[in-house]
Amino acid sequence: MESDRPVRAALGAPWLIGAALILLLLAALVATTQGVTRISPGDAMVALLSPLLPSGWTAGLPAQDVAVLTTLRLPRTLMAIIAGAGLACAGVAMQGITRNVLVSPYTIGISPAASFGAALAMIFGGAYGGVSHLLVVVAAFLSAIICAVFVLALAAMRGISGNVLVLAGVGLAYLFGALTETLQFIATEQQLAMIVHWAFGSVNGATWDAVQVTAAVLAVIFPLLLAQAWALNAFAAGGDEVAASLGFAVARTRVIVTLGSVLITAAIVSYVGVIGFVGLIAPHVGRMLIGGDHRLLLPFAAILGGLLLLCADLAGRLMFAPITVPVGIVVAYLGVPLFLHLLLSRRGRVG
Amino acid sequence: MSLAAHGLRLRRGGRWLLDDVTLALAPGELLCLLGPNGAGKSTLIRCLDGIWKPDGGAVQVDAAPLSALGREELARTIAYVPQQSGETLGLSVAEMVALGRAAHRHRENGAQRRAQVAAVLARFGLQAMANRAFDALSGGERQRVLIARAVAQDARYMLLDEPTSALDLKHQLDTLRTVRRLVDENGIGALMAIHDLSAAARFADRVALMQQGRLVALGGWEDVLTPDRLETVFGVRAHVGRVAGLPYILPHAPPDSPPGDG
Repeated sequence: MESDRPVRAALGAPWLIGAALILLLLAALVATTQGVTRISPGDAMVALLSPLLPSGWTAGLPAQDVAVLTTLRLPRTLMAIIAGAGLACAGVAMQGITRNVLVSPYTIGISPAASFGAALAMIFGGAYGGVSHLLVVVAAFLSAIICAVFVLALAAMRGISGNVLVLAGVGLAYLFGALTETLQFIATEQQLAMIVHWAFGSVNGATWDAVQVTAAVLAVIFPLLLAQAWALNAFAAGGDEVAASLGFAVARTRVIVTLGSVLITAAIVSYVGVIGFVGLIAPHVGRMLIGGDHRLLLPFAAILGGLLLLCADLAGRLMFAPITVPVGIVVAYLGVPLFLHLLLSRRGRVG
Repeated sequence: MSLAAHGLRLRRGGRWLLDDVTLALAPGELLCLLGPNGAGKSTLIRCLDGIWKPDGGAVQVDAAPLSALGREELARTIAYVPQQSGETLGLSVAEMVALGRAAHRHRENGAQRRAQVAAVLARFGLQAMANRAFDALSGGERQRVLIARAVAQDARYMLLDEPTSALDLKHQLDTLRTVRRLVDENGIGALMAIHDLSAAARFADRVALMQQGRLVALGGWEDVLTPDRLETVFGVRAHVGRVAGLPYILPHAPPDSPPGDG
């Protein structure tokens, strides 16, 4: 059973958010220093701040360490945080608007759709394996958007509950899964490897380009979603009718929230591939700790999502080092039990 | 001053859910909306609150068309207490009540809002459970919170959709007394859809009887709830009378049922 009193009641929201932020920073420090090349936290800080420091400070650092930090570790760390935060936000927003805690970017089929788009680009996009990375990203993005538009058109129909949405998502996930498998069937060995690897979901090899694009999308959309926090509370409290009776522009809120969460999701999965369940776990844990008020839940779940993905990626890198387990796989091991728990603990309740 | 429906019509799925309904709710009045399932009670409430647009006729608030009011102004004028349904994703009692202030949020600051919410929580005896999750409350407590939210809206009119249908006897009575008190003390005009005819007769100033989207009768309960009319509308024979000064409507048998079935 869920506790009926969030931890916030005892601690206070600022403390919780502050503590989560500090944990995130600590995790980021660990993530940038640990790995095949170990770099001391002090050196890492100096290297990271080097553009701001007098040149003498960085003289003692091996150039190789600095390169590892700035071209590998740092973009990877930031990508994990951004992806986790973005997927968590999208999860919170989608759950609020549908009043269903089982809805997330993953469970409504957006991620498998992105996989299909990516696979399509990998097979037909370039002659002789010279597929541009950008093309893969764009194809994945467009495919995700098409899937999302379909699901959201369904959601906009009167009388469609969140549970139907989840089931529709399962159906779409199968559809896009089958489409991807069809492509895999006709793919060459090399293309097959690319497609499978992409679908793992990984921040391995994250580039500064990816970080910049996704960070920009998040920076634009997060404030838009946060501005709808009151309206999301009203939707959560009683759906469209209650939100309308409390004075909210129901249709406009739906458009902003769904478009926003879909854009964030599509932008992220088209770079990092399929990372399921972050959009499910972070909102759930966030709600348990800080409660259901979206004004607090959106930022808090975003921090938790970043923390979760960063820690999962760190675990995937360190557990079987030097082999790196893709973060999507690690998160799935955490997410599936939680999803089942959510599903089973809601038996008999109205959905 | 009134919240009035003039010849309201609404058609859905080839059927008239509302067919030429005209009625006016005055401030300081409790009007109970009666009728069998599917008579159009909830539909009328949604149209009166502007949630659904009627296909014909008009709704007027204090002589102005409903459509002339902005969304937030509408929420400050008419409060809606919905039937309970679904989960609220971890919202606390205080957050639920605070939503009643949503339509006021551009005119008051956070401190003012918190004071308003605290006052409403205190008035409804909800302070002790302010931080508890709404979903974890009992049915009676949830109903109290929903009415408290409507009160927080500071509206002149309140529309309640079967607020007692999921409650046990004690909480039904509590809810009805609460609404009656709001009408008497705050001068709110309340329109309440309800199935319990005896309770309606006891608490309402007037009752309105609906059948298949039409308003069949409107007035004092003794004029509206006659045995013949109850048989026509509900398809059951009923005793209508008083016990210990309180009205009762006691159904006893469908008109054509065999002996011993009642």
